[in-house]
Amino acid sequence: MPSEWIYIGIFSLIALALPAAAILMAGVLGPKKPNPIKNSTYECGIETTGETWVQFRPQYYIFGLLFLIFDVETVFLFPWAVGYRVLPLFAVIEGIVFILILLGGLLYAWRVGALSWQ
Amino acid sequence: MLLSEVSLHDPVFRLAPLVIFLPLAGVILNLLIGRRLGELGAGLIACLAGAGAFAVSAALAFGLKSSPEGAIVLIWRWFQVGNLDLNWSLKVDTLSVTMMLVVSGVGTLIHIYATRYMHSDVRHHHEPGRYTRFFVFFNLFLAAMMVLVSADNFLMLFVGWEGVGLCSYLLIGFWFEGGEGGLGNARAAKKAFVVNRIGDFGLLIAIFIMLGAFGSLEFSRVFAAAPAVTATAPGVVLAITLFMLLGVTGKSAQLPLFVWLPDAMAGPTPVSALIHAATMVTAGVYLVARSQPLFVQAPLAADVVLWVGAITALFAGTIAVGQYDIKKVLAYSTISQLGFMVAAVGMGAVVAGMFHLITHAFFKALLFLAAGSVILALEEADHGHDLQDAQDMRVMGGLRSRLPVTFWTFLIGALALSGLVPLAGFFSKDEILVAAQQKSPAVFIILLAAAFLTAFYMARQVFLVFFGRPRSGAAEHARENPPLITVPLIALALLSIFGGVLNLPGVHTLEHWLEHSLNVTPAKFVLWIALVSLAVLAAAVTLAWLLYGRKPRATAREADPLAARLGGLYRALEARWKVDEFYSWLVVRPFERAAEFLSSIFDLKLINGLGDGLGALVQSLSTAASRIQNGFVRSYTLVFLVGVTAILAYLLLR
Amino acid sequence: MNSDLLTILLPTLALTGWALLLLLVDLWIPREHKGITAVLAAAGLAAALGLTLSQGRLPAMTDSTVMVISDGYALFLDVLFLASGLAGVALAHEYLKRANIANGEYYALLLFSVAGMMLMAHAYNLILIFLALELLSIPLYILSGINRPRLESEESALKYFLLGAFSSGFVLYGTALIYGATARTDLPGIFAALQSAPVNPVIFILGAVLLLVGLAYKVSAVPFHMWTPDVYEGAPTPVTGFMAVAVKAAGFAVLGRILMAAFPTVGKDLTPILWALAALTMLVGNLAAITQKSIKRMLAYSSIAHAGYLLMALVPFSNRLVNSDVQASLLFYLVAYALTGLGAWAVVTALEKQNGDGLKLEDYAGLGKSHPWLALAMTVFMLSFTGIPLTLGFWGKFYLFRTAIEGGFTLLAVIGVVTSLISAYYYLRVLMYMYMRAGSPSVERAPWLQVTAVAAALAVVLISFIPNVLLNLAGNSLLLLP
Repeated sequence: MPSEWIYIGIFSLIALALPAAAILMAGVLGPKKPNPIKNSTYECGIETTGETWVQFRPQYYIFGLLFLIFDVETVFLFPWAVGYRVLPLFAVIEGIVFILILLGGLLYAWRVGALSWQ
Repeated sequence: MLLSEVSLHDPVFRLAPLVIFLPLAGVILNLLIGRRLGELGAGLIACLAGAGAFAVSAALAFGLKSSPEGAIVLIWRWFQVGNLDLNWSLKVDTLSVTMMLVVSGVGTLIHIYATRYMHSDVRHHHEPGRYTRFFVFFNLFLAAMMVLVSADNFLMLFVGWEGVGLCSYLLIGFWFEGGEGGLGNARAAKKAFVVNRIGDFGLLIAIFIMLGAFGSLEFSRVFAAAPAVTATAPGVVLAITLFMLLGVTGKSAQLPLFVWLPDAMAGPTPVSALIHAATMVTAGVYLVARSQPLFVQAPLAADVVLWVGAITALFAGTIAVGQYDIKKVLAYSTISQLGFMVAAVGMGAVVAGMFHLITHAFFKALLFLAAGSVILALEEADHGHDLQDAQDMRVMGGLRSRLPVTFWTFLIGALALSGLVPLAGFFSKDEILVAAQQKSPAVFIILLAAAFLTAFYMARQVFLVFFGRPRSGAAEHARENPPLITVPLIALALLSIFGGVLNLPGVHTLEHWLEHSLNVTPAKFVLWIALVSLAVLAAAVTLAWLLYGRKPRATAREADPLAARLGGLYRALEARWKVDEFYSWLVVRPFERAAEFLSSIFDLKLINGLGDGLGALVQSLSTAASRIQNGFVRSYTLVFLVGVTAILAYLLLR
Repeated sequence: MNSDLLTILLPTLALTGWALLLLLVDLWIPREHKGITAVLAAAGLAAALGLTLSQGRLPAMTDSTVMVISDGYALFLDVLFLASGLAGVALAHEYLKRANIANGEYYALLLFSVAGMMLMAHAYNLILIFLALELLSIPLYILSGINRPRLESEESALKYFLLGAFSSGFVLYGTALIYGATARTDLPGIFAALQSAPVNPVIFILGAVLLLVGLAYKVSAVPFHMWTPDVYEGAPTPVTGFMAVAVKAAGFAVLGRILMAAFPTVGKDLTPILWALAALTMLVGNLAAITQKSIKRMLAYSSIAHAGYLLMALVPFSNRLVNSDVQASLLFYLVAYALTGLGAWAVVTALEKQNGDGLKLEDYAGLGKSHPWLALAMTVFMLSFTGIPLTLGFWGKFYLFRTAIEGGFTLLAVIGVVTSLISAYYYLRVLMYMYMRAGSPSVERAPWLQVTAVAAALAVVLISFIPNVLLNLAGNSLLLLP
């Protein structure tokens, strides 16, 4: 048994060693000729102006989240809709329950005012 | 699980738990609403609880008439640890029901008496609010006593045993701010508690040994296994019974642990009557009677019991002769009579012991209540407040005509106690004497001497209290108490007169009743012993008349006529053979000195130092443990990963 | 269609549906009448409790896909979870008003979390266990942060969420490895595979250990406990109480089921790890509690320590001879701990002030004089936590130590006893503050909190007189073994 566990140890060591070796190799082998342009932060080719740490309106996130939730959940509905004709009754009911839960979520979001931009 | 699984033949046995639960209901009712109901309501609840318990006991007794083998009534499974399976169940057999009848019957009469007595007592102490509390404790005592006598295993018996001890403590200290120096009563209660604890300790050890040797605490199983265990390890049963005896000497106030009972008279008189005369103190006798199968296996222990009882009977009798406090005389008399009972059960005359227990409950309760009636009458007539001590017999005298009912009932009680034919005490004491004569002449002589002293000090008391001229203003103006006081006295007097019927020679009702629960040896009636004991009675009363009756004491200050004749011996009697002082020198003072040493040197220096050191160590460990708790999620994750790595490393390296 | 599945999960599904409805209904309940939401939530919990009890006579069974199971163990725990949920509602109602967090979402989220717990008790498949774990945890992440503008609350929620996600990863990784080794995710299937099919032991044990680690995080066993004090301190007190009691119970429920139903044959490998976790948890939890000044942090460490005791019950899991003792003592201790813990947290909630003060030990000074009943209840809880006779905690520890000794782990039992002695120091210190220090504590007028505290104290004392009844109940609530 211990011999088999040795493999795990060897595996971990290799896993650590490989990236370390790659970084080391790059550091050792690569030529180093720095200049200010090389050292500047790459940001789609345009110099940044002002602070990078700026605040966003949290509402962006809420909208984004809501979109994502309903978007992803719609994906689930596709196979259900495609196979609608051959599905047993139980699956149909389950689908309806799923849609009802989604509707509930929408209702909640609407009611707490998450959908109106302030 | 409640009240189910009753293995019985007669449905009336199902009622058995009520003997405990009715008094308990009284406790709870009085606790909750007693104050609002006032004295009448609270007293009524308490009396009804007692009377109800008596009715149930009577019903059980009738049930036993048809099916005398009795029953075991399970209330609930208590706990189950390993092989030990303890139930909270009641043993309904002739022995336990006899005790129930005595406890609830005499108890109810005393309850009725107490409703009036405490009415005056709380006013005398300017604490009318404590009326309800008294009855709460009183009913609690009844419940605990019922647990004790109805237990079907030793642990439950022990619970009742401790319960009555607690009630005794609470009631002795009922006027805890009273007594000598404002501490006397509290000290008396504490003394009773501590001395009893020594005895309880013995009983507890007996129970532990029993558990180890028998693996069970149920009466039936232990008793059934007793012969087998004796065959393999005779010392075990001997040890159990001897440790049990220690418990008996505590609870039933036998030598050497009797010292608490006289002090216990600090409690109100109904307490003295119920707890310290009629019921609780007989628990030791009951325990020996109940454990008869064990004592049969350990004859040596039974002999020790016999001798302890006999010597106590005589020893306490001598002290009673030199006392002036009306209740202390009765207290020593109780110790002496308990000695009779303990001696009886020790010599195997269990029926005689139980018989004396019952009759003694009647007449000793009567004597205490009558004494209480005297005290009450004196206190109420003491308008000038010039009485130092309303219990001092030297300030009484001439109460015969002033308290006629009290006088006659007290006289009946005294005669019954002294053993005048055909009163109750004659028959029960006679049975013990017959058994003693068969067992050993020495014991017979000792008990006879104790009987002589009994008759003597009772006659002395009657002469001092009721005859002659009043020796104080209060005694002069004393008036008879109302019916709530006197009716219980009359009832108990009737019981004292006719109590002998229970086990008349030739009929032996009690014997045939108890033979379903106990191994009885048929009692005989020996005429010459009866005549000797009557002759002793006559001699004692005559002597007392010569000393105290012929020329009654004229003033309260006068010395006792015996003092001149006996000299130093009398002073020793008066000082109770200095037993308390001896114990104080032997145990209390060394104990206090050891405690002083332990607290100032051992505890403060050594243990405290050790504790501080350990505490400091733990504190520093604790600080170290919470230092890693720095609030950063990253270090928490790191600790988490270290944990996982450690587990994996262990798996890797093992 | 799988009707057994529906039968088994009926109370859970009903509770989930009710929670969804409640979330919507609450939107139309005005802010000042959130009491209605609380009552509705309590009604839902009570109804689910009724449904669960009505299932008491169902035979132990699994559904045809071996996703869920219904047995005495699960039903016993269901009752525990639902009762904790009810206590959670009772604790919260007045607190939320006082702290000005009158959000009805609290109740819906609480109900979701309870549903997750019930699902955990019934889950018989690692996938479903993971789902149940998430259903239980996510509402709690939100609940921890529900006292929103307060930084501590937000910090608590974030920490809980981050570390929770981290540990979920371990659970998933473990599940994946176990599936890799056995090709099964249902517990009886794993058990069977270990018996018959050739299983790569390294992969399997690795998976089992990672799964264990993930769950050890949930029950806050050392060294996976670091989140506990911070999260417990920052979360609103009723949420903390609910977490400390119910989440822990749910974690142990699933830990016990996995260990006993799927892993009994690998006891040789797992027992030492559990042993070490239990010992460490008892030691660190109790030692760290000593220096705490805040009662909330102290109780947080105390809950860690109790996790150690509960782990001790599980150490002999692979010994079939003491199996029923393991279950009985685990369930018994969970009940004892739940009653004591909920009561203690109720007292803490009652003393907390609107601005979050009132949580220092000094704030308890003089409570014995000013609020004798509350102080008496707290005394009962502290004694029960310590394990002093005449409380349920005593019997809980008693059965626990007995199980450990019967399973052959005497040293562990000794560590348990010694750490219990250490714990007396900080539990009794609360009593010292309440009775021996002078002070004038301010207690919020909160009848439901006091009812909860007094009822719990009564239960802790009264049941200690009939421990057998509860133990038999726990012992008869057998887990169905494959």
